[in-house]
Amino acid sequence: MKLMEFLKRERKKSASVAKERLQIIVAHQRSQRGQPDYMPMLEKELVEVIRRYVQIDDDAVQISLDSEDNCSVLELNVTLPKS
Amino acid sequence: MAKVIVVTSGKGGVGKTTSAAAISTGLAMRGQKTLVIDFDVGLRNLDLIMGCERRVVYDLVNVIQGEASLNQAMIRDKRVENLFILPASQTRDKEALTQEGVKEILEKLREGFDFIICDSPAGIERGAQLAMYFADEAVVVTNPEVSSVRDSDRILGLLASKTQRAEQGGDPIREHLLITRYNPDRVTSGDMLTLEDIREILAIELLGLIPESEAVLRASNQGVPVVHESASDAGMAYLDTVSRLLGEDVPLRFHQASKKGLLTRMFGGGSRR
Repeated sequence: MKLMEFLKRERKKSASVAKERLQIIVAHQRSQRGQPDYMPMLEKELVEVIRRYVQIDDDAVQISLDSEDNCSVLELNVTLPKS
Repeated sequence: MAKVIVVTSGKGGVGKTTSAAAISTGLAMRGQKTLVIDFDVGLRNLDLIMGCERRVVYDLVNVIQGEASLNQAMIRDKRVENLFILPASQTRDKEALTQEGVKEILEKLREGFDFIICDSPAGIERGAQLAMYFADEAVVVTNPEVSSVRDSDRILGLLASKTQRAEQGGDPIREHLLITRYNPDRVTSGDMLTLEDIREILAIELLGLIPESEAVLRASNQGVPVVHESASDAGMAYLDTVSRLLGEDVPLRFHQASKKGLLTRMFGGGSRR
């Protein structure tokens, strides 16, 4: 039975893997479009500062900058681990 | 007034110079007065692909710095009427190109041509940004391969933000996708991104599809733009691309796998000409 399943299973084509990976990375790139050049650096340093107090993962900090009419809002989301 | 079109990609080696040479030659063959400018200062190669490397005397940087006139620096193509080449400098560093200088010469040149094709250097640094800065349209050259597609998306981001049209809030640059080195057989076997995949990911309109072809290397070996090999698949695909640039509705070719007979299946062969 196991052997039949193995034989029937279709190997995932490499092109569809490429497409999935690209869709994710391109969506990520686009979300960063138009933001100031200092944002990645700011994000990195914020992670470092928080790490002095709490151990967090690299992706635990999400920052975004939204521009409104006459001001910009920096939104900071930090996910802390359960203590 | 000339239309300025930048041929760009981000990633190197995807066929920017081959495409810039083929498209500009194709436009001139169609009677359009065309100039192709090499922006790759320090690593010029357009002259080799166009087959005029021994006729280079002055270059883009000489003109910008006032050491030569445009007429002295532009090389008239020997095969096609209405086609001119402005080579890049081989020796100077990239700092020699200034935005003011490029602006000034493009303004002068717009008067006398129908099309100005800017062959961009690879990367997203100053040279690439200068090549695209004053463009009206962009041809983004992409291979069906992950790093090329990703870099093309980065370039699309720059076209939408770091160009004159973006900064001055005019009509946005018209972006065209040109897929090169496409291998329909590998697409059929599931090991190459399909043209629909690439178009869907980059979300821009498809201008042309150039199959992987032996004609491209053969053409560059001889310094003859591949559109002169008008019986080759790549030559025809570039001529189709030029027709679409001129606003004609031309159906896509060379995107489907060749149907192989039993013998070619068994013994291979059937190289693409």
